[in-house]
Amino acid sequence: MGFKKLIKSKKILSLLAVFMLTGTNLVMAQTAAAATPAATDDKSVMWMGAGYYVLLFLLLCVVIAIVGKILKVYDLTRQMQGKKELNWNNLMAVICLVFLLFGLYGAYWSFTVQGSMTLPEAASANGVKIDEMFTVTTVITMFVFFVTQILLFTFLFRYKHSDKRRAFFLPHNNTIEKIWTILPAMVLTILVVFGFFTWQEITNSADAKGDRPSLNIEVTGHQFAWELRYPGKDLKLGAVNYKLVTGDNKLGIDFKDRNSFDDLEADTMYLPVNRSVRLNIRAQDVIHSCYMPHFRVQLNAVPGLPTFFKFTPTITTADMRNRLNNPDFEYLLYCNKICGGIHYNMKKVVRVVTEAEYQQWIAKQKPYLTDALRKEWNMPVAPAAAPQDTTTAKNRLALNN
Amino acid sequence: MSTLAVHDHGVVHHEEGHEHHHDTFITKYIFSQDHKMIAKQFLITGITMAVIAMTLSILFRIQLAYPDKAFPLLETLLGRFAPGGRLDPNFYLSLVTIHGTIMVFFVLTAGLSGTFSNLLIPLQVGARDMASPFMNMLSYWFFFLACVIMLSSFFVQKGPASGGWTVYPPLSALPKAMPGSEMGMTLWLASMICFVASSLMGGINYVSTVLNMRTKGMDLWKMPLSIWAFFLTAVLGVLSFPVLVAGVVLLIFDRSMGTSFYLSDIVLNGKVMPFEGGSPILFEHLFWFLGHPEVYIVIMPAMGISSEIMSVNSRKPIFGYHAMVYSLIGITVLSFIVWGHHMFVTGMNPFLGGVFMITTLIIAVPSAVKTFNWLATLWRGNIRFKPAMLFAIGMVSFFISGGLTGIFLGNAALDINLHDTYFVVAHFHLVMGSAAIFGMLAGVYHWFPKMFGRLMDEKLGFLHFWLTFIGAYLVFFPMHFMGLDGVPRRYYAFTEFESMKQWLSVNTFITWAAIMSALAQVAFLYNFITSIFWGKKTTQNPWQANTLEWTTPIERIHGNWPGEIPTVYRWPYDYSKPGAEQDYILQTTPLSETMSSNLPHDFEDNPVGLEEHTKWVNTHSNQEVK
Repeated sequence: MGFKKLIKSKKILSLLAVFMLTGTNLVMAQTAAAATPAATDDKSVMWMGAGYYVLLFLLLCVVIAIVGKILKVYDLTRQMQGKKELNWNNLMAVICLVFLLFGLYGAYWSFTVQGSMTLPEAASANGVKIDEMFTVTTVITMFVFFVTQILLFTFLFRYKHSDKRRAFFLPHNNTIEKIWTILPAMVLTILVVFGFFTWQEITNSADAKGDRPSLNIEVTGHQFAWELRYPGKDLKLGAVNYKLVTGDNKLGIDFKDRNSFDDLEADTMYLPVNRSVRLNIRAQDVIHSCYMPHFRVQLNAVPGLPTFFKFTPTITTADMRNRLNNPDFEYLLYCNKICGGIHYNMKKVVRVVTEAEYQQWIAKQKPYLTDALRKEWNMPVAPAAAPQDTTTAKNRLALNN
Repeated sequence: MSTLAVHDHGVVHHEEGHEHHHDTFITKYIFSQDHKMIAKQFLITGITMAVIAMTLSILFRIQLAYPDKAFPLLETLLGRFAPGGRLDPNFYLSLVTIHGTIMVFFVLTAGLSGTFSNLLIPLQVGARDMASPFMNMLSYWFFFLACVIMLSSFFVQKGPASGGWTVYPPLSALPKAMPGSEMGMTLWLASMICFVASSLMGGINYVSTVLNMRTKGMDLWKMPLSIWAFFLTAVLGVLSFPVLVAGVVLLIFDRSMGTSFYLSDIVLNGKVMPFEGGSPILFEHLFWFLGHPEVYIVIMPAMGISSEIMSVNSRKPIFGYHAMVYSLIGITVLSFIVWGHHMFVTGMNPFLGGVFMITTLIIAVPSAVKTFNWLATLWRGNIRFKPAMLFAIGMVSFFISGGLTGIFLGNAALDINLHDTYFVVAHFHLVMGSAAIFGMLAGVYHWFPKMFGRLMDEKLGFLHFWLTFIGAYLVFFPMHFMGLDGVPRRYYAFTEFESMKQWLSVNTFITWAAIMSALAQVAFLYNFITSIFWGKKTTQNPWQANTLEWTTPIERIHGNWPGEIPTVYRWPYDYSKPGAEQDYILQTTPLSETMSSNLPHDFEDNPVGLEEHTKWVNTHSNQEVK
């Protein structure tokens, strides 16, 4: 009977499915049908493709139903012969054990194979700290993971039901409960303290006295790209006001601020190795997230809330390429907060280079203050302003050094 | 006092009772005020929504597995949302958003709490119905309305909301920012307000029923853990959901009335917008002030249900009942002060991040206690593998796996590199997605006889469990490693990044695992639907459980008990008590009837009883000596 019902209801189900498909087709595909007359030829093929899988699934259901029936018949004949009926409970207990074994192997496989596909070593000073923290946390949690899962599934197998015995009446045991409250609390205290100090170190933003000041770089997110701004020789970024955004001045740089005169535009983010970088993060339209996984750097770019992240790259791109044996390797910056349709393709290449290479590169970058903008801001056009600009910058550089 | 009043009410109710009471189809099945029927309405709506959300997830999984392949069928089904048979990137985000919203709110909040709080609170505390049956009915219908509004957004021109289930402004606040932020977003917000109204009416009902309508003898420390969990969940919901409404209303103002609560300094598509002075971070604070308690609203009922089922099927009292309750209370309280861990990298003050990190990691302590107590409950038990039991065990396994990765994400320093990657996706799908849905399924298998008077097929239940359990691990385990490779979530395709291409084959594997687990749900749906009509008739107490709901007749009458509401004399976990005749003793069995199995512990607040117990023990040991 059950079998018949299964067949019957499968028919009903498939009918329902066909009905639903045609229904949605009517409601939702009207514009599509108008737009793509060419696709009609493929329609029959397409339905056959889908129909094939549906049939395959129905076949699978029938096979499962038949296997179920066979099991039932087998069970009934055993019972008629006076043997014990099939013990599903023991079967489940055995499957629990099998699952544990396969699960352990699967976890091991995943850790070794997929674990080796993860990010390479951290390419920044703060990243090394994060990775240490990560290793400690992984060791502790994976120990707990394996112990508890093994206990869980072996208990299931070991204490499967038997009519011959009763469970052990154990409502509570204060000693053991105290132990397993205090023990996790202690372990977590260690993790919290370790984590808190790592976090403090990473987010500690003030430049230490006497150190060379951090290199200021500004990265601005908008739908769907990042804009980079490097300071000129004065090492200072000029002020920005979103109300000044025009076609020529897409970042809204305030050219009343002298610091902005020599600000440079760049396509690729070049970073000098082993020099502290202060990444100033802005967004123009929606929230983006400036994510540079190789440096273990991430901070949201929030409109109206300029933020910054300070870090020191430690491995040059060339060096990393050697280490990974991958000549095409690039550090990347990409968006990690949903920001619209093209969110999945909002990247910037980041290159870490030596100081000398960096100086060569920065000398070639174009200033934001173009001739068009100079006109817009009623400023003298390029040649007149340039020499004066460089002298002041030189003075500043001298002061800094 | 209150128990007395309710008791009287119950008697009066009974006398007016069923004989003169004629239910029409409409009052019985549609605008029902009976808590059991409302529970079934919540369950069936919840299951329907779950199937829809699961289908959405399969659609975007197909996109992730085959980003370069066209599926003409998709165009036929989805029309303009899948031009040329490939999902539109904006529609992909809609799918992700609506999948998340439906699963978190409509399935795991309303479907889980709505079903089991409604069904079990009156039955397990010994009440005729909810404190306010009418409000209970309204709660369902507001939920239903919310579902309809949410699904209707698939039929508007620009498609449903697509800013992620967290709907962060400015993306959600600026209609021009993406197609989903137009009409679809408006519908999302309207739906959410109906949903919160539903949730509040339900929650107030659950709290007042548990506090005021317990039967005689049912003091708080005699309540099953499921009731404790539902009660604390409701408290959590009542305190945190209104904050979401506040956040949502301000967002509506920003969208439609030109205010700037969340907006400032915005240049959209080269056009300077007039908003000034707001902060998108404010919304994040308001959202996560609900959002974090929300994940406990999702998981705590699953914990309660699993505790109950594991105790029944291990034939063993739950280990450390008091510790279980205190850890639930601990989680409830702590869950209000951890929301900032969702915002470590928003640019929030780093010191504040540090504080949130401390509170977040503290919450792992009560969670650990619960896990160890579950393990201790299984230890030396006499375990029956009913489908419900298997799902409860699956819940524990997922809770461990997903909970442990929470220790990484709760750590602000580690979160820098893991935030918004697939590591997060793996974490919460295991710990709140899979664990909570397994708790829910465990509950469905366990209390199906109470809801429909019939039993579900066990073998199909086994098939359903193993396919889903294995499938879920196959889907979510590899995602951890994708996250550790810095692969962000909510990416339409990984084809644009050379470094992410290595994960394409893993993605294909995950998609097929997901399809397998999705198809496994057909076994459940078939089992569920056919068992309602043709399942094996149940006995009154099919699982030999102790709790009150199994003392009600199989027929599920209005008012629950035909006569007086039974009195409760003991805690709900007297399983396999030494000296007892059977391996279970109903809560309604007085201690005087079980002299041979009483323990001194049973008379903690009852000196007279303790004296009699000692006397009885003495005489019996004397007899044995003779």
